[in-house]
Amino acid sequence: MEIIKTVNLQKTYAESAVPVRAVNDISVSFDAGEFTAIVGPSGCGKTTLLNLIGGLDNPTSGEVIIDGMNLYSLKPKEITDFRLKNIGFVFQAYNLIPVLSAKENVEFIMNLQGVPKKERDERVEKLLEQVGLKDQMNRRPGELSGGQQQRIAVARALAANPKFVLADEPTANLDSASTNNLLDIMLKLNETENTTFIFATHDSRVMKKARRLIELDDGKVIADKTN
Amino acid sequence: MILSIAWKNVWRNKWRSLIVIGAISLGLLGGIFYLAFTKGMAQQQINTAIHSYIANIQLHNPKYLINGESKYAIPSYRKIVDKIKELPEVQAVGARAVSQAMASSAVTGAGVMINGVDVEEEKEVSNIYSKIVDGGYFGTKMKNQAVIGKKLADKLNVRIHSKIVITVQTLSGDITYGAFRIAGIYKTDNSAFDVSNVFVEKKALADLIGMDYQNETTEIAVLLKHNNMTGEVLKKLKNIFAEKIKNGEIVIRPWNKIQPVLEMLNNMTIQFSFFFVMIILTALSFGIINTMLMAIMERTREIGMLMAIGMSRMRLFFMILIETVFLSVTGGAAGLFLSWLAITITGKTGIDLSAVAEGLNSLGYGSFVYPEIEPEFYFMIGGLVIVTALLASVYPARRALKMNPAEAVRHEA
Repeated sequence: MEIIKTVNLQKTYAESAVPVRAVNDISVSFDAGEFTAIVGPSGCGKTTLLNLIGGLDNPTSGEVIIDGMNLYSLKPKEITDFRLKNIGFVFQAYNLIPVLSAKENVEFIMNLQGVPKKERDERVEKLLEQVGLKDQMNRRPGELSGGQQQRIAVARALAANPKFVLADEPTANLDSASTNNLLDIMLKLNETENTTFIFATHDSRVMKKARRLIELDDGKVIADKTN
Repeated sequence: MILSIAWKNVWRNKWRSLIVIGAISLGLLGGIFYLAFTKGMAQQQINTAIHSYIANIQLHNPKYLINGESKYAIPSYRKIVDKIKELPEVQAVGARAVSQAMASSAVTGAGVMINGVDVEEEKEVSNIYSKIVDGGYFGTKMKNQAVIGKKLADKLNVRIHSKIVITVQTLSGDITYGAFRIAGIYKTDNSAFDVSNVFVEKKALADLIGMDYQNETTEIAVLLKHNNMTGEVLKKLKNIFAEKIKNGEIVIRPWNKIQPVLEMLNNMTIQFSFFFVMIILTALSFGIINTMLMAIMERTREIGMLMAIGMSRMRLFFMILIETVFLSVTGGAAGLFLSWLAITITGKTGIDLSAVAEGLNSLGYGSFVYPEIEPEFYFMIGGLVIVTALLASVYPARRALKMNPAEAVRHEA
């Protein structure tokens, strides 16, 4: 079932002397339950495409349709609310809140959603168990390794019960063991919970595990293949 | 949870926050203590004036107030005094004969107010008797005793037992004079008062100017148990003597109408001190803005993440606002506590300024200051701290809201 579709999506950065077309007329769709990697060299437009799909940036033209609704027809405030309820994010630098414990970091997004305390506690416990960090739930990010922090970030992304998770270079700061561990967790979540993951990456380890690879170059899709 | 994050964020960089909190608390301590100090000085000036001579309320013949002519006395004053004494708020009442005069010694002369007092009665109304630095407060066997201020004694170059001549206008308008011996020299905290007021026994002055001292008096001074009763007693007296006021026989005035400059100075001092506190708060607000801007710039990636995961702008704004308020209120609370402590201690022990006593006394201020401040001021200043924090939070919060989440999440620290 198709959940995301981009139609003639374009993003041009006009601030520089020579306008840069980071995303150039991309029309691509994603089904529920995909485990897809958007790949390509640095500057090819992976992150920009991911940002446009996630409603973090405004396209120059084109549409992003999620569950049949054009994301950019919404007002900025509605897009923020849409992100809160429908999209999970995992960032390269983990971006956890350092003053909160692992549990509080995961719980935070549910707090924003207004989920009742009891439900929050149950869900946090389950998610931390799924990412293998239930015993570390009271530790702050500074007390965890990079790999552990990124697993907390995955749990946080899933805490919102999103339609899909966008992960921008999630393994770029991790060693091989942590990367494999993280990918195994995400694959397992994809298989057992049918969670949709879309990665922007140039990490070959992610590419190997992804079921679909969308290759970009100069802002265009040059290949779209199934692994 | 936003409140919890905001509070934890305050302590993310402990030293920086402690420096700001320290600056706020010391700034407030300085401002509030200055306010209490100046208020204490002003209040002491008022108290000195009330207790050394003017009392809380005075009654005169309204015509006396025009040119200060003694012939305009209050007739049958005993009945008035007795009625005033019936009021429970009244501590003491004194009836004086007052006249403008010239006091001359062998060396020089000076224009003075000569105050004819009933010695025992006056002791209850004014504290001049306790300010004697040489000789005594009357009580010698000399005829025509005078008690004069130290400053006037220096000016006239006279000492105890020296003779001075008082030249004064009689009730019939003639000029007359009398010789007085100095029985005592007083020194109050107001050298301007000391140089211009001579005290003699009422009978001696009345005999000199031809006043029927048993029935007439120029001035009735009313001292109350507490200064804050002045307004209330004034109202009562105006009711009791409504008929006499209507007939133009007497006029009743509180201390702040007798010496309006005292009240004006007091009000001006408080206003100026408030202005000073406002300047301090404004200066502190720049420090707060700077600190919050630094905190926000350091957390660009985190703020980008918060926006990306769906934290609304309103919530983000609120979080930064609360964080600023927490930071400021912590400093504010510490500042208020330190101020309270300093004012409570020095309010009891007093601050000795005797090194500059002469200058202070020439302005009517005492050389021992007891800082004081009403409890309402703490709440008022606490409120001002919160308002300052709210205003100071706006700019950093707006800067945070202007961030593009897509760029902010990838910001390199």
